[in-house]
Amino acid sequence: MAKQHFLDKPRNVKRVLRTFYVVCAGLLAIDLIFARHVFHAWEELFGFYAIFGWIAGVALVLGAKEMRKLLMRREDYYDR
Amino acid sequence: MIASLHPALIFVAGAVLVALSPGRLRAALFVLTPVASFANLVLGDHAALTTVEIFDYELAVFRADRLSLLFGYLFHLAAIIGAVFALHLRERMQHVVALLYVGSGLGIVFAGDLVTLFIFWELAAVTSVFLIWARRTQRATAAGFRYLMVQMVSGLLLLAGVLIHVHQTGSTAFGYIGLGGTASWLIFLAFGIKCAFPLLHNWLTDAYPESTPTGTVFLGAFTTKAAIYALARAYPGTELLVYVGATMAVFPIFYAVIENDLRRVLCYSMINQLGFMVAGIGIGTALAINGAVSHAFNDVIFKALLFMSMGAVLHMTGKINGSDLGGLYKTMPVTTTLCIVGAASISAFPLFSGFVSKSMVMAAALEEGYDWVWLLLLLASAGAFHYVGIKIPFFAFFAHDSGIRVKEPPLNMLVAMFIAAALCIGIGAYPWPLYALLPFPVEYVPFDATHVVAQLQLLFFSALAFAWLKITGLYPPELRSVNIDAEWTYRWFAPRVIRGVWSFGASIDRALRVHALRGVDAVVAVAWRYCGPQAAAARTLPTSAAAIWVAVLLGVTLVIYYLHGGG
Repeated sequence: MAKQHFLDKPRNVKRVLRTFYVVCAGLLAIDLIFARHVFHAWEELFGFYAIFGWIAGVALVLGAKEMRKLLMRREDYYDR
Repeated sequence: MIASLHPALIFVAGAVLVALSPGRLRAALFVLTPVASFANLVLGDHAALTTVEIFDYELAVFRADRLSLLFGYLFHLAAIIGAVFALHLRERMQHVVALLYVGSGLGIVFAGDLVTLFIFWELAAVTSVFLIWARRTQRATAAGFRYLMVQMVSGLLLLAGVLIHVHQTGSTAFGYIGLGGTASWLIFLAFGIKCAFPLLHNWLTDAYPESTPTGTVFLGAFTTKAAIYALARAYPGTELLVYVGATMAVFPIFYAVIENDLRRVLCYSMINQLGFMVAGIGIGTALAINGAVSHAFNDVIFKALLFMSMGAVLHMTGKINGSDLGGLYKTMPVTTTLCIVGAASISAFPLFSGFVSKSMVMAAALEEGYDWVWLLLLLASAGAFHYVGIKIPFFAFFAHDSGIRVKEPPLNMLVAMFIAAALCIGIGAYPWPLYALLPFPVEYVPFDATHVVAQLQLLFFSALAFAWLKITGLYPPELRSVNIDAEWTYRWFAPRVIRGVWSFGASIDRALRVHALRGVDAVVAVAWRYCGPQAAAARTLPTSAAAIWVAVLLGVTLVIYYLHGGG
């Protein structure tokens, strides 16, 4: 059998993901106790950067997915 | 102190020596040239301005100030890293053109007048195209020709602009120009092409990914950054650049998500990063210019690191599409780690180099009241992490196991990546030496709690979005495909229009010829009928007939005469 690597075990993948979720929650919690300097009214919102980051990520991928319908062509599109 | 030489001269001399020397000596000279030139620049004694007289013109071939020296140091670092990375190559041509290309880039950066600028502007185009052709595939050849044509257009616009500018102002000095008359717009557009402004950007995404694994590392460092330098020199504070930059920062991230060729993903990411610099130049305050210039510095190094890691993957596996790769971390752990350092740097993680420069541009945008631009740049930052910071390492080294088991790349490649990674972390953790080199005094404090927390929140939740989309299966799969972009106009539309016009013209031409031939045929037929061998006009008649006809004519004349009242 081929050598088992760290991420070959589903248990390890789960561990990595769980650690990641905990860090995310911790970062959001910082907003509760720490007052960031604010340069702009939008930033005052609780968890502004976290929410913005998440929405940006989802909007980016779903937007790009829609773009594919319009823009995607065969690999040899320009060579034909 | 010894008087220093122009770096371009050293690179040309190095290229000649490399062209003439054999084997190991050639490899040594290839790396020593940028090192020697760097030492010459740092240690040598250079006047602020060196001029050379040619015919009646005085050319300012070397101008050393804070801005040009910063780019000069940067280009040397990039050349050293690129040379070490390409050291294993047994191809004389690639080494020679790489050195000439770096020399041209340095010529642009140190040019004190517009004529010198134009000369090196063109030389950079002509030398760099050989790094694309060096791949020796049909696709690379075609892409190289397209690249060269676009670069030549940029050069011609620059030439036209410079001629008008010099005619109007009577000065060839290369300094602040600012948008005004025709000349300034022509020069602006010439810079814009090389800087990959939106709609003028496809030469980059078209040609760079077709170059060799080592060629792309050189290409990525010089042309676009020389254009950034030129913009920072001639158009700081031009408001249009703020919006151009914001557009450049945002639109490529969408393309990068759905692009399959990982080096092409990096090209789109390059436009995204250039957007931050262009926006910074447009804002034009001391903070913004410092941000733009330092981001150019960091970008060259972390982009080189990313191009090198993908070059190493391409070199070892022969593949570069996300759909063909995956699971390489198992046998390439060092390359994987170095790639992740580059990814963290471009994503502007605190303690990595992107963080200490990108945030200056963002802060300047807020300070100057460009709220929406700031929000767009924030979107571009979150997006950049998504499609480069995560996508590049994830699809190449993790994701589904492609079953490919290749070793780490040659030692020189690893060393080059290691140098770049060390610079990324070094500048990221201790940015003050870089700050000391910037054009304006730096008051900015990168590592205050607000910046760090906000940036970490942005990045981690952007990553959370990636994880969520991937786990729920909403993330679009990597597909073998082409995504149409502005290049569609000249790679698909224009050829078809030209072909259409050509075939329409050809059909009209054919019809006209057919009709003309029929006309000629008809004339020939008529002539044949009346003048041919069988026709009446060709018949030979006996003499008696002529006598009869004469008699008849005489008779008729007589009758007419008589009737006419001859009596």
